[in-house]
Amino acid sequence: MNINMTIIGQAIWFALFVFFCMKFVWPPIIGALTERKQKIAEGLSAADRAERDLVLAQEKATSNLKEAKEKAAEIIDQANRRGNQILEDAKEAARAEGDRLVAQAQAEIEREVNGAREKLRAEVATLALTGAEKVLEGEVNRDAHGKMLDQLAAQL
Amino acid sequence: MAAGQEVTPQSYIQHHLGNLTYGKLPAGYERDCHGHAETVQADVWTFACNGTEAKDMGFNAFHVDSLAWSGGLGILFCLIFWMAARRATAGVPGGFLNFIETIIDFIDTQVRDSFHGKSKMIAPLSLTIFVWVFLMNTMDLIPVDVIPKTFELIMVNFFGWDAHAAYFKVVPTTDPNITLGMSFTVMLLIIGFTIKAKGVGGFIGTLALHPFQANNPVVKCLLIPVNLLLETIGLLAKPVSLGLRLFGNMYAGEFVFILLAAMMGTWQVIGAWPWAVFHILVITLQAFIFMVLTIVYLSMAVEDH
Repeated sequence: MNINMTIIGQAIWFALFVFFCMKFVWPPIIGALTERKQKIAEGLSAADRAERDLVLAQEKATSNLKEAKEKAAEIIDQANRRGNQILEDAKEAARAEGDRLVAQAQAEIEREVNGAREKLRAEVATLALTGAEKVLEGEVNRDAHGKMLDQLAAQL
Repeated sequence: MAAGQEVTPQSYIQHHLGNLTYGKLPAGYERDCHGHAETVQADVWTFACNGTEAKDMGFNAFHVDSLAWSGGLGILFCLIFWMAARRATAGVPGGFLNFIETIIDFIDTQVRDSFHGKSKMIAPLSLTIFVWVFLMNTMDLIPVDVIPKTFELIMVNFFGWDAHAAYFKVVPTTDPNITLGMSFTVMLLIIGFTIKAKGVGGFIGTLALHPFQANNPVVKCLLIPVNLLLETIGLLAKPVSLGLRLFGNMYAGEFVFILLAAMMGTWQVIGAWPWAVFHILVITLQAFIFMVLTIVYLSMAVEDH
């Protein structure tokens, strides 16, 4: 139980170990711990960010999908409208063409009818004249009655 | 124990409480080493062969066993933690590193909770105190005779020592020199921290101007001696209580182990087991208290009142 120089020896040991610990033990270990803490914090925040990004991406995908659907519907609508219009136009064109053809045909028919009538008229006149010549046999003067016969033919 | 001499419980216990002391005997000292009486001619540094000699060596002596064990355990502590420090990585730690990191983290938390100044030294200091004191205390759990008896056999058989001279104390913290050596170093640190934080004038101020304060300069001067007395006692009481608390606890624990060994002989291995289990608590607690009080004292040193 004597107090002696051991006390100084122990103080020297103490100082040495504290110095060693301060120099070579504490800084590397606490540095590694701090670094790991930072890494973990970064990891966690990255995970948070990723989650947020995912939500954003999902929202974006949904809105894109919606937009695409709308666009597609619009395109289909437009196409339908266009188709209808084309159909209408075609119908219109066909109707016009048909009318035109009918008008042409009618004009043709009329012309032919007129032509036939002219011919008939001329032939009727000739026929009547011939007939009348036969009936009258000379009584009728061709030049005297020609005019009347032409009038008769024009009445047909 | 030497053949032919009866081992009484008293001599057994006394032997276990003695330190292996290496010190200076003054010229003209009369030695009485178990029958060989001789007078020292000139000053001589030697191992004390009994308690009286160790006492007469006075301050000029070393407790070789205490210093060797405390130094050895301190080196062990440094080596273990140095190995961990070299392997320290921010990646995934292994089992050993994990264990060391748990201790470091625990110490770091304690320091952050109690110490409010800034210092690069306080955390490693706390770590050193905690682990080193814990290791020194743990030597208490080795059955009391194992190491001293081994030492005695080696010294008697290889170096021709008298068995009575082969004192060997294994638990350094049961030596007041060891605990006071540490606590007075802590006191020097308290003074150093105070001077660093408040300057030399501030340090003298903490001693001279507290706890009694006055605005009147004359009263102030009158109060200085009273304050100085109180604060100096307060300053000295810190390391003394710090060192003696640890010493007292470990000494008492060791004493119970020695008593049990003296009563039971080999059966102490069984008989001392419950006390050893209980003592694990004391060992850890005392190391922890020494560390926490050191932190608190140093924190008080850097803080303003």
